[in-house]
Amino acid sequence: MERRCRNVWTIAKRELAGYFMSPVAYVFIIIFLVLSGFFTFMVSDFFATNEASLAPFFFWHQWLYLFLVPAIGMRLWSEERRSGTIELLLTMPITAGQAIIAKFLAAWVFLGLALILTFPMVITVNFLGNPDNGVIAAGYLGSFLTAGAYLSLSSLTSAMTRNQVVSFITAVVLCMFLLLAGWPPVTNMVTWAPYWVIDTVAGVSVVPHYDALQRGVIAIRDLVYFASVMGFALFATGVIVHSRRGA
Amino acid sequence: MIEALNLVKWFGPILAVNDVTFTVERGEVLGFLGPNGAGKSTTMRMITGFLPPSSGTVRIDGHDVVDDPIPARENVGYLPENAPGYPEMTVTGFLNFVAEVHGLGGQDKRDAVGRVVEMCHLRPVLHQPIDTLSKGYRHRTCFAQSILPDPPILVLDEPTDGLDPNQKREVRDLIREMGKEKAIILSTHILEEVDAVCSRVIIIDNGQLVCNGTPDELRKRAPGAGSVTVGIYDHKAGEIKDVFSGLKGVKRVDVLGEHNGAVQVKVYPVRQDGNPLELGPVLANVMKERGMVFGEFHTEKGRLEEVFYDVTRAEQEVASDTEKVSNNVG
Repeated sequence: MERRCRNVWTIAKRELAGYFMSPVAYVFIIIFLVLSGFFTFMVSDFFATNEASLAPFFFWHQWLYLFLVPAIGMRLWSEERRSGTIELLLTMPITAGQAIIAKFLAAWVFLGLALILTFPMVITVNFLGNPDNGVIAAGYLGSFLTAGAYLSLSSLTSAMTRNQVVSFITAVVLCMFLLLAGWPPVTNMVTWAPYWVIDTVAGVSVVPHYDALQRGVIAIRDLVYFASVMGFALFATGVIVHSRRGA
Repeated sequence: MIEALNLVKWFGPILAVNDVTFTVERGEVLGFLGPNGAGKSTTMRMITGFLPPSSGTVRIDGHDVVDDPIPARENVGYLPENAPGYPEMTVTGFLNFVAEVHGLGGQDKRDAVGRVVEMCHLRPVLHQPIDTLSKGYRHRTCFAQSILPDPPILVLDEPTDGLDPNQKREVRDLIREMGKEKAIILSTHILEEVDAVCSRVIIIDNGQLVCNGTPDELRKRAPGAGSVTVGIYDHKAGEIKDVFSGLKGVKRVDVLGEHNGAVQVKVYPVRQDGNPLELGPVLANVMKERGMVFGEFHTEKGRLEEVFYDVTRAEQEVASDTEKVSNNVG
């Protein structure tokens, strides 16, 4: 067990350091902060709502992540494949599962760091009013979990191809499905199907779970939802990495 | 040490490796030869556990690389083709990472990294990112990575590719030195390299093993191996030919022509169990008896290029011959 954790830690550390050694990290963080500020203040007109709440801020995260998370996730495996380092990584005395989890965790922690850097928002609302900081914490948790769900799907598409553009676009589409699954235009596409199919498709949606957390409700079933999306996507990543090693 | 048993690899409908079996013991350096696309890299990838074989098994120190991968991989250092490395990492960062993955820490890690940095002369580029390195340095960085944990087994896919002649020589010396106590497999296109470092050679063609032996054994399989070229003065070509042709062990005598007043002939030996008979003493004796004066006398050892050409070409000819035979029968 200790050995496994050490392997995951070693790989994740290298991976995370890799972000900061290339411009990826800085470009991503700056764009994330600028865009989340722009949407909160300019589009949602944060001050005009006259509420001490971060709801308008968090509302945009699920949409921002739609493009920004696949941009981080697309390189997870396709880069290894393209540069040939996958051959080194998968012949080291570690399992493919450890490598998958480590790479995922590193990217997730990185997204978490970007999220933490939005702390001036928290200071602002606390300075201006009297917000419910518990709700804000739950909001951050929901945002972080959504990023994780998107990231796990990006990891999956990244394992499928060495082409990062293909990986990015497929990931965006998958994440978009997660976001829009409960939306009537999407469910209407399957109106011919029995009710339980429509229900299942709608149930895949991240939106109700995200909204619950934004309201400050941390329920087991929402956490289970996020855990199962990530678990499923990472497991599928494992299957693909295993079967496509030589390709 | 390394046991590869009946390895087969299919890529879709393409048979890349067809029933390859061999073993490598400690103290052996096995050279892996073959034309491009013969299945060398695929075989090496199966040995290191990167690719699972379609059938057959690889055992490293008794550990199956598919069923028991971690102990197997701990014992293998691997230099993949094209020497990959994480482009944004510095050389020292990369080597430290590899050391940590192998469970080294603290002083052990510093010692191991320091040792390979010296062995591979990486000191001048330690703090340079890998993607800014020249090909030679990049290759040596990846080579350093493979020997870093001092594994008892090394699998090196074209270890001297992209190096200049001096660097090639250094890497060969290093491999020969390490080959004394490790089991090493290396693939190469360079036949002189085989002579310089390998204690045994395998030639693989179209995914099949066509040769397995020491470089000397292989050399004897060359068509010209064991043939003797002599230049004899004051005798007629026909006479010489008659004398030599009658000798035991002589298969054929070719007259090459006259050079500086001497008739040059090439005498081919009969082969026994594929090995050419030793002609030197026989010819020397008969020339002494007959008072033939000769100005040149040398026995060809056979060249690996010839063997390589012979076994990787002959395959195709044999195949077409069999076809003819079966056509006739049909």
